[in-house]
Amino acid sequence: MSEKTKMAKPDTSAAPQATPKMKGDKVKVFYGNKQALMDVDLDIKPNEVTALIGPSGCGKSTFLRCLNRMNDVIDICRVEGKITLDDEDIYDSSLDPVQLRARVGMVFQKPNPFPKSIYDNVAYGPRIHGTAQSKADIDEIVESSLTKAGLFGEVKDRLLEPGTGLSGGQQQRLCIARAIAVNPEVILMDEPCSALDPIATAKIEELIDELRENYTIVIVTHSMQQAARVSQRTAFFHLGELVEVGDTEQIFTNPSDTRTQGYITGRFG
Amino acid sequence: MNSFFLILVVIGLSVAGYAAGRARSILSASGDARILHSLPSYYGMFVALGCGLPAILLLAIWLVIQPQIVDHMVMAGLDASIMPQNADEYSLMLTDIRNLSSGNATSRVASPAIVAATERYLTLQSIGFWSMVGSVVCIALLGLAWARSRISRNFRARNAVEGIIRVLLIICSLIAILTTVGIVLSLIFESLRFFARIPFFDFLFGLHWSPQTAIRAEQVGASGSFGAVPIFAGTMLITLIAMLVAGPIGLLSAIYMAEYANPKFRAVAKPMLEVLAGIPTVVYGFFAALTVAPLIRGWGEGVGLDVSSESALAAGLVMGIMIIPFVSSLSDDVINSVPQSLRDGSYGLGATKSETIRHVIIPAALPGIVGAFLLAVSRAIGETMIVVMAAGLASNLTANPFEAVTTVTVQIVTLLVGDQEFDSAKTLAAFALGLVLFFVTLGLNVIALRVVRKYREKYD
Amino acid sequence: MTDAIMNSKPGAEIRRPTLSADRLKKRYAAERRFRLYGLGSIIAAGLMLVFLVGSITGTGYSAFLQTYIKLNISFDPEYLDPAGTGDVEQLRTADYGGMIKKNLRDNFAEVTSRSDKRKLYNFVSPNAGFDLRNMVIENPSLVGQSLDLWIKASDDIDMLRKGYVDRTEEESNRRVTDTELGWYDRLDSNDRIETRFNTDFFSKADSREPEEAGILGAVTGSLLTMAITLLLSFPIGVMAAIYLEEFAPKNAWTDLIEVNINNLAAVPSIVFGLLGLALFLNFFGFPRSAPLVGGMVLALMTLPTIIIASRSALKAVPPSIREAALGLGASRLQVVTHHVLPLAMPGILTGTIIGMAQALGETAPLLMIGMIAFIVDVPGSFTDPATVLPVQIYLWADSPERAFVERTSAAIMVLLAFLIFMNILAVMLRKKFERRW
Repeated sequence: MSEKTKMAKPDTSAAPQATPKMKGDKVKVFYGNKQALMDVDLDIKPNEVTALIGPSGCGKSTFLRCLNRMNDVIDICRVEGKITLDDEDIYDSSLDPVQLRARVGMVFQKPNPFPKSIYDNVAYGPRIHGTAQSKADIDEIVESSLTKAGLFGEVKDRLLEPGTGLSGGQQQRLCIARAIAVNPEVILMDEPCSALDPIATAKIEELIDELRENYTIVIVTHSMQQAARVSQRTAFFHLGELVEVGDTEQIFTNPSDTRTQGYITGRFG
Repeated sequence: MNSFFLILVVIGLSVAGYAAGRARSILSASGDARILHSLPSYYGMFVALGCGLPAILLLAIWLVIQPQIVDHMVMAGLDASIMPQNADEYSLMLTDIRNLSSGNATSRVASPAIVAATERYLTLQSIGFWSMVGSVVCIALLGLAWARSRISRNFRARNAVEGIIRVLLIICSLIAILTTVGIVLSLIFESLRFFARIPFFDFLFGLHWSPQTAIRAEQVGASGSFGAVPIFAGTMLITLIAMLVAGPIGLLSAIYMAEYANPKFRAVAKPMLEVLAGIPTVVYGFFAALTVAPLIRGWGEGVGLDVSSESALAAGLVMGIMIIPFVSSLSDDVINSVPQSLRDGSYGLGATKSETIRHVIIPAALPGIVGAFLLAVSRAIGETMIVVMAAGLASNLTANPFEAVTTVTVQIVTLLVGDQEFDSAKTLAAFALGLVLFFVTLGLNVIALRVVRKYREKYD
Repeated sequence: MTDAIMNSKPGAEIRRPTLSADRLKKRYAAERRFRLYGLGSIIAAGLMLVFLVGSITGTGYSAFLQTYIKLNISFDPEYLDPAGTGDVEQLRTADYGGMIKKNLRDNFAEVTSRSDKRKLYNFVSPNAGFDLRNMVIENPSLVGQSLDLWIKASDDIDMLRKGYVDRTEEESNRRVTDTELGWYDRLDSNDRIETRFNTDFFSKADSREPEEAGILGAVTGSLLTMAITLLLSFPIGVMAAIYLEEFAPKNAWTDLIEVNINNLAAVPSIVFGLLGLALFLNFFGFPRSAPLVGGMVLALMTLPTIIIASRSALKAVPPSIREAALGLGASRLQVVTHHVLPLAMPGILTGTIIGMAQALGETAPLLMIGMIAFIVDVPGSFTDPATVLPVQIYLWADSPERAFVERTSAAIMVLLAFLIFMNILAVMLRKKFERRW
């Protein structure tokens, strides 16, 4: 475990100088009359893993779902403030959520492969977005995505079998392969390991570190160890507020806010 | 006085038994109800059940059996000269006697022998009735006395009453099974009698259906022919047309309701579809025959088509309208039970709503939708009034929806309504068709319910 | 190191999705189209409903009106009581038909030819004599008097009055000839023709004459039949549900009962009719055409609906309530009768009403047990021959006269009114007692 923590560290110094890939500016979210997020300002830096931590119900998943407008699916949800992707307002009426989600992909808490073959699961994104022209193109995308997700070796002989037949960890890697088949710029992960056993979790964590090279990653996690292992920057949410954000090492070793300190030392959460 | 009044008497006795049992229990506890095993009302209930149950049971059995015994005795007592020779004559004569005895006109002038038999019939009936009254009241009183004698301070009245009620509950739950058994047995019995006359394979694979058996044996076509293939084909044609209407409309409505409609729209559209399901089929039949069939005929003539006024199209179309709500409400349930996580997964990849529906939700819900369609097909096959009123009687073996075809249910109704001669192949054929209908719909239902249940388990 | 890291090609070309406006436009067009199909389907279903209800009310509303003709009627003793006895029995059996014919001839003195006379007689209902007879029996002093009276018109004149006869059509294609039209117009211009609310439609039973036919017989038959159905299916259904939900052990046998009930709910209704015919009529020898047998057949048909609804209502009562009562030392039967059943009752009643509404609209099984007979009397008991409202609709729908078409639609409107009432009752019950645990 300590080895992996080290693996994640080297880039932390280089990151702060880069311009943010995504930027939240005074983001407020309401569910009906209830306010779930209060004025969150958060920068997501490119080619970094940003971890969102905090106790349950603190608004970290809500914020994550704002980043690719998944909250649009919920009728009573209303978002105020401004979120940009490469300086483009993603809530601007000229930008389409479908277009946005092709650029900002998502992996969910529970593995949710479609009831289709493994191949069709991965090919789904490229097909709807018209990324590939021919069958050969799709074959290539499927293979490379599964390879990047570290799943190809395990499933290459049964690509046409249903994705629901895989183990939990394999299903979650399939979902990651499905997300990267679209080649988004940012990948959002909503507690991707919470339904998995420790071995599967370790595999996914390695994968996340790999993916950082090509993608910007935002991950919500309830496990502080996981945040420490995989992320370069960490944001701590509490009761709908963004309490503190900073380099992962700094947050875990020297938090500036007492609430952060209380959480990471296990006094609440 | 009639049996209804007798039931009232038994109920009255039971109420008296309740009071008696209650009073005796309190007496046996010397006025202190607390030392009794059960509440006094349970003792009362025990006596009431002991009085009423056997009496009502006897009454029911008596009512079922007495007419048969009386019929038999009257017919056996007839003079040998007018003794009926075959079953048809037997039932005809019996009907005459019954009609005479209730003071109705008969089909022919009654001979003195018949009048005498009628008198015997009436006498026997009244003897039977009064002995029934006697025995039922006796049994009720005996039961009352017996149950009352059982009561003592330590008698576990509550357990006894609960035991009896439990048995009653079990009997009630068995009625459903008995109904199925009754259906299967009665259909099979009558069908066997049919197949004794018409070979089974001639019925199932014969291409010609004209069930009109002649009255006199030497008439042309006296035998009638019972090849049911044209009927099965007609049923399938109309069912197919119905499903072509109900399938797409029902499924698309369900999709719109489940995925697009806002709550306000749903609050209007859902009851509207339910209204469609609640309209009696005889109303659809009238609508088909009076409005839709002439309309289609008119259009057909407009484009130079020869459309029968009892075209399969009219009946199938209206039946389709009737089935829309089945398809839509079943599919709605099925689509709603597709987990939200699958929708999220698809939206998260940047799919539009319709892409998500077509590529993720429908494939995921497919088994359930297939189940819904099978149930709808079974419903269409068994639907009677629409086809009776709007489809024809002619058994054409055709796939042309503008021609008249006939269906299984239409034939059952035609063969059984009107004059009944209870042993002819014609009437029995209705039961053979009913048997086929029952097993086909049963098969479809069993498959459909299993498919739907499997599907539900997958996502629960 | 895992496969993931060995196989990854970090430098692989990144293929971004095509996000051209063109393609997006196409995708959204497909989206809109698909949405439109869905909306279109619902609207299509709605339009069909409107069309159905519209076509039925359109043809049926006029049946609630009936045309009457004002004629000068002289209660001629020659027809009623030639001997001058004043005997009620004589007045009862007198020739009122002949008297009306005579009066018609007197009212239209110019009619002489035989065929014209026949046409003239066809102006009033053949049963109008019965109405006059009742008047005379009630008030024998009418004999010998002469009055202007409103006499019920025949169905042909009724249809003419309601505008269902096309005057521009060829005479031979009409049921009303030119001569008759002339008479009609003359009567009309003298204010001797009038339409009134058709009370007979609600107070009489079936008849061969459309203007005499009413639904009272069928409605009474329906009520008697429903009474039997309710009396049998409600207690049996609820008790079966209680056993299956609260007492039955979960084993193969109860599984069989459950599967059996679900399948029974989907058996075509006509099969229940065959069961009734073979079992109740042929085997047990119950009377044909009787509400008793009809009610029994419909009870068997409704039973699965009631059992299924009752079971889900019982299931919705939370187990904590049962545990609380059991914990106080109540027996299981007491738990059910004191606590579970009262809480489940609204749901059970809702299911029962819906089941009864289905039974009320059912036709096919009743045809099998002979409730299709032509019956002119209002049934008085459960064993009298009777018919029910849906069967009456079926019978009238078969009659060729235009006036029966109108009455069929009106009977349908009455049936639908009953059904709407029952369903509203069920909805209100559900709303009022709806409870979320």
